[in-house]
Amino acid sequence: MTVPLLTVENLRTGFDTRDGFLRAVDGIDFQIEQGGTLAIVGESGSGKSVTALSVMRLIDRPGRIAEGTRILFDGRDLIRLEEAELERIRGNEISMIFQEPMTSLNPVFTVGDQIAEAVQLHQQVGADEAMERAVEMMELVGIPSPAQRVRDYPHQLSGGMRQRVMIAMALSCNPKLLIADEPTTALDVTVQAQILELMKELRERLGMAILLITHDLGVVAEMVDEVAVMYAGRIVERGPVAEIFASPQHPYTEALLDSIPLLGMRYSQPLKAIRGVVPSPLEWPQACRFAPRCDYTFAKCLAEDPPLLPVPPQESACWLCENGRRVPREAEAIA
Amino acid sequence: MTLDVGTSRLDLGTGGEPADVLLKTRGLKKHFPVRKGILRRTVGQLQAVDGVDLDIFRGETVGLVGESGCGKSTLGRTVLRLLEPTAGEIEFDGVDVRRLGGSDLKAMRRHMQIVFQDSVGSLDPRMKVSDLVGEGLRIHGLESKRRDEAVVDVLERVGLSAEAANRYPHQFSGGQRQRIGLARALVLRPKFIVADEPVSALDVSIQSQVLNLLVELKQEFNLTYLFVAHDLAVVGYISDRVAVMYLGKIVELATSEELFRRPLHPYTMALLSANPEPVPGRKRQRVVLSGDVPSPINPPSGCRFRTRCPIAQPICAEVEPLLEDHGESHGAACHFAGTPLDGTRPPAA
Repeated sequence: MTVPLLTVENLRTGFDTRDGFLRAVDGIDFQIEQGGTLAIVGESGSGKSVTALSVMRLIDRPGRIAEGTRILFDGRDLIRLEEAELERIRGNEISMIFQEPMTSLNPVFTVGDQIAEAVQLHQQVGADEAMERAVEMMELVGIPSPAQRVRDYPHQLSGGMRQRVMIAMALSCNPKLLIADEPTTALDVTVQAQILELMKELRERLGMAILLITHDLGVVAEMVDEVAVMYAGRIVERGPVAEIFASPQHPYTEALLDSIPLLGMRYSQPLKAIRGVVPSPLEWPQACRFAPRCDYTFAKCLAEDPPLLPVPPQESACWLCENGRRVPREAEAIA
Repeated sequence: MTLDVGTSRLDLGTGGEPADVLLKTRGLKKHFPVRKGILRRTVGQLQAVDGVDLDIFRGETVGLVGESGCGKSTLGRTVLRLLEPTAGEIEFDGVDVRRLGGSDLKAMRRHMQIVFQDSVGSLDPRMKVSDLVGEGLRIHGLESKRRDEAVVDVLERVGLSAEAANRYPHQFSGGQRQRIGLARALVLRPKFIVADEPVSALDVSIQSQVLNLLVELKQEFNLTYLFVAHDLAVVGYISDRVAVMYLGKIVELATSEELFRRPLHPYTMALLSANPEPVPGRKRQRVVLSGDVPSPINPPSGCRFRTRCPIAQPICAEVEPLLEDHGESHGAACHFAGTPLDGTRPPAA
């Protein structure tokens, strides 16, 4: 039995507003093993990006992580660490890449300087050695003629190349955990395919764990082994990717998978639509938060909030799954 | 300008029947000048759309798919003359659109509408929904009482309530704003709508609502769509025929079924294989294209795809392949159309 690399317990993150504490992430738990992969998937407003920022302790006022949250990384509780200690972990043991590489790179420094800076911040090396390391990293992420490209400024690179630079920077200190927040969302599909291949290959070579944040179930299927589906600040279903996609146990996961047109589907076959919209944190329903949009809602859904229930090998926060498997049930009229 | 209108290389008619073409383009080009220096001298031409022949039949949906910078949005705007074409012909409902001006063009515009991706940027935040949707009617001179009726009617048809008329765009979600954009286009009862990435900014659960609505509205209003998007599965889902664009040119054109069943152009094959699908462990041939799309200011000679093509041969740099029919009204612009990308060598040219 190995100790997981990252254990998040009862993560609650929100924002202090005039109307009180506005919850964005409302009590979620997850773990990532050494070298493991987990995707957190959800639509806008589900809390997935706030989760990623919380793990990095990058939540600024008025946002805050509520009391009672534990984030155990490699034996330390990140919640209890001082800023100076966190800085030694960030970029060193945990790295993060973002959706928009252009806004994450500084336009007035060359990409080589920026990678070398990351190396020098965390490792005791001189400027020349850091620049050598930058060239090595750029080679590792598949940037052609790296010795020349280190002298390029970000605007001289294409979107895909800039994302490769971000990955090079993130991996320059051999992190144990890479958090990738929508790493390919801004890229074209053929470039996205290149970046996904690269991330998979690097994971195998370097053995780091990956926490992937995405809205794209297709990217989840390509990249990771485990997935957690978020809805309205909670995890509603989690488990191995193959099983969840083959037989989703939560009605939200099921509806989400059915609403995506697959290659070759035609308009003669209407897409499954989820009625209504994702509720804002100000108006999260009592009890089950998906109930107003769900096709299977019955009395208990409106009365009690379902916890994550075991449906091996998955877990699903749905009252249909109370007995270890999902029972089929027709929608009941809501009285 | 003399252009050979009658002899399209590609016969995409519906069998023997004379096809009812609603929109026809021949040799359509849109170039943007590239200016540099303090004198703003023109130093080059960005060839956003570079010679497109396309027929769109009445009542069909043609999908236009490609990556950023391929010219798909420019083409959508140029056929409506929202951008002035550099060269070529556009015929809409038998009328030469390029010759129209003033009131004739305005009258024609009533029949050709556009829906944009960015529902925040395309709706004036200071206007009420009733004014936003009724704006076209006002411009086309409908009196205000009948205007209000028409607005409420069209709002209901796109799935919004009559109360929506008195609210402002920021009070709506992204999916609802996209419905307002659709209502704005539909209120004039157009024949033809260009939908430019209408669902790209939406969450998946909302995307399917809007796609279903587009399909319903097409039936109800006898619409013809040009559906522009980067997502091949979405384009294939909604379209009868799909045109794949690369660097300003159509490289493949076929019915949606035919394109997925028998992709002929290596670029289409690569796009299909790069499309991430929520099907774990799906066995497929992975074609990872190297590099990025070259600049449309200085496109490669010959075939524009050759710099990234896994099966490129010397001839590809010299002779530009034309969009030729490969049976089943399936056009592809490739010297080696249909060659599988699994490493077997293409036949010598």
